[in-house]
Amino acid sequence: MARDKTAAINRIMNHDTLTLLRTKAKIIRKDVMQMLHYAGSGHPGGSLSAADIVAALYFHEMRLNPKSPNWPQRDFFVLSKGHSCPVVYAALAESGFFSKDWYNGLRHINGALQGHPDRKKTPGIEFNSGSLSQGFSFGLGRALAYKHTKDTNRVYILMGCGEQDEGQVWEGAMFGAHYKLNNVLAIVDYNQLQSDDTNDHIMMLKPLAEKWRSFGWNVFEIDGHNMEQILGAFADARGIRLKPSVIIASTIKGKGVSFMENVPKWHGSLAPTADELKLAMAELDNDQ
Amino acid sequence: MSTESLRVAFGQSLVRLAYKYPNFVVFDADVAGGTCTHFFRNDFPDRFIQCGIAEQNMMSAAAGYSLSGITPFVTCYAVFASMRAVEQARNSVAYPDFNVKIVASHVGLDVGPDGVSHQALEDLAIFRAIPNFTVISPADEREVLQATEVMLRTHGPTYMRTGRSPVPDVTPADYQFKIGKGVVLKDGSEVTIVATGIMVHRAIAAAQHLKNDGINAKVVNISTIKPIDRPLLQQCASHSRFMVTCEDHNIYGGLFSSVLEAIADAPVPVYPVAVRDCFAESGEPLALAQKYGISEADIINLIKSKHN
Repeated sequence: MARDKTAAINRIMNHDTLTLLRTKAKIIRKDVMQMLHYAGSGHPGGSLSAADIVAALYFHEMRLNPKSPNWPQRDFFVLSKGHSCPVVYAALAESGFFSKDWYNGLRHINGALQGHPDRKKTPGIEFNSGSLSQGFSFGLGRALAYKHTKDTNRVYILMGCGEQDEGQVWEGAMFGAHYKLNNVLAIVDYNQLQSDDTNDHIMMLKPLAEKWRSFGWNVFEIDGHNMEQILGAFADARGIRLKPSVIIASTIKGKGVSFMENVPKWHGSLAPTADELKLAMAELDNDQ
Repeated sequence: MSTESLRVAFGQSLVRLAYKYPNFVVFDADVAGGTCTHFFRNDFPDRFIQCGIAEQNMMSAAAGYSLSGITPFVTCYAVFASMRAVEQARNSVAYPDFNVKIVASHVGLDVGPDGVSHQALEDLAIFRAIPNFTVISPADEREVLQATEVMLRTHGPTYMRTGRSPVPDVTPADYQFKIGKGVVLKDGSEVTIVATGIMVHRAIAAAQHLKNDGINAKVVNISTIKPIDRPLLQQCASHSRFMVTCEDHNIYGGLFSSVLEAIADAPVPVYPVAVRDCFAESGEPLALAQKYGISEADIINLIKSKHN
């Protein structure tokens, strides 16, 4: 375990890796803006807040094979906050699962990219999420089966913070701890905004980390835009033996586009106009 | 003649099939004694997945589990399978078309003393309305065993309801269950009684009684509610003066509705024996059947009143 961890840290400390992942996150954010503009509707805020985490998952952490999306040895990613699918579509296209030409079909009839994910239409999508908390349970069930078949695949589940309101999340939290699913790493994109308002105005969510700890999970609290912290938590989670892990990743909704940051209306369903797109692209290009 | 309840039949079927089919597991929500999956739990603990009293997580987790190629049976009471966790059945199971088999006990007035909260009168209507679902309502022990095996050999989301009271055998010894195929259990003319589940044996008893009154009724067992055997029902309609449907289910959305839809273009009256869009109460199943109009006598009286 110590040797694994040292190796992981060495990889993290690699300056080139960090540079690559920051670049990928920027490409993902720009692609999200572009495809939402094509779509004319969608959910920009929660896509942008998750971009760094998603970049780290797709371009560093997970075993994937874009040429063979159902490769049995792949790590298993579930986007439980299904409305943020543009960020995953961008990561999949950038990884080579499909062409970026598909972006302009997002949310349009006969398009391969649905408004919420559809595993039969989009290569690399594992679950038809959109109804919050079901993806979490789905991933836990997949993880339990991996345990039963003695496969070493890991399961990554990205949830929203508003999603934590769902009772099924806590049914799943008990299930994951009961079965000691240490092959699960859940991540909460904790941007503190949900559909209508802040988490705590809609339904008091604090103290979130304590809730997860009390349900028997190993909890990491990180800055979800800090690539070193993201990779550090990923590496540490691999060393956890008898518990599932959850990363509470503090993020900024709309991160990277100034007029979207922390503005509730950009939760969705809303897309940037041509002028807003231009402004957003310029900001993302200039962001170092 | 055996008189086993459909839930016991299901529990024993799982054990019998477990040796032949090593590739299935059973999900339970702390009701193994009620659904009769406890037989399987005792013999195959490694293939039994306890989910606690959390049906929604169970349904979605089973969907995830199914991707391993191992078939999950999701088992609980019908009220919770068809209502509490129905959105999970739709979005986690049916929409992605996963190979999850939902088998629920505690259906209809047959639940008896537990009362309204546990008497599922809507489950057939609910699962029938969801794309990709096959809906099965077997009538006796033999059909439960065969349907369970067919489910294991057929891909796709499936819902099957069992039952609590012992029921006699109604299918012949050489019977072969097929998804989507109804079967004529007693031939007759003039009147066709179409029944499902525990109502099939009541329909047969009613038909035998009617024979003494000079009425020769045909009895059809419809054990697949969806897809329904439209050709058989149309054939029955074309040879009957009227038809009667029998179900331990609400009058809306179940067998009566399914039969009407199947023979919509055949001008033959169809009369329902079903629960009349009301909640019932606690009581013994037979007493409830009599009070709420789904007993053998209700079938007899309805047919006599329409036959003159």
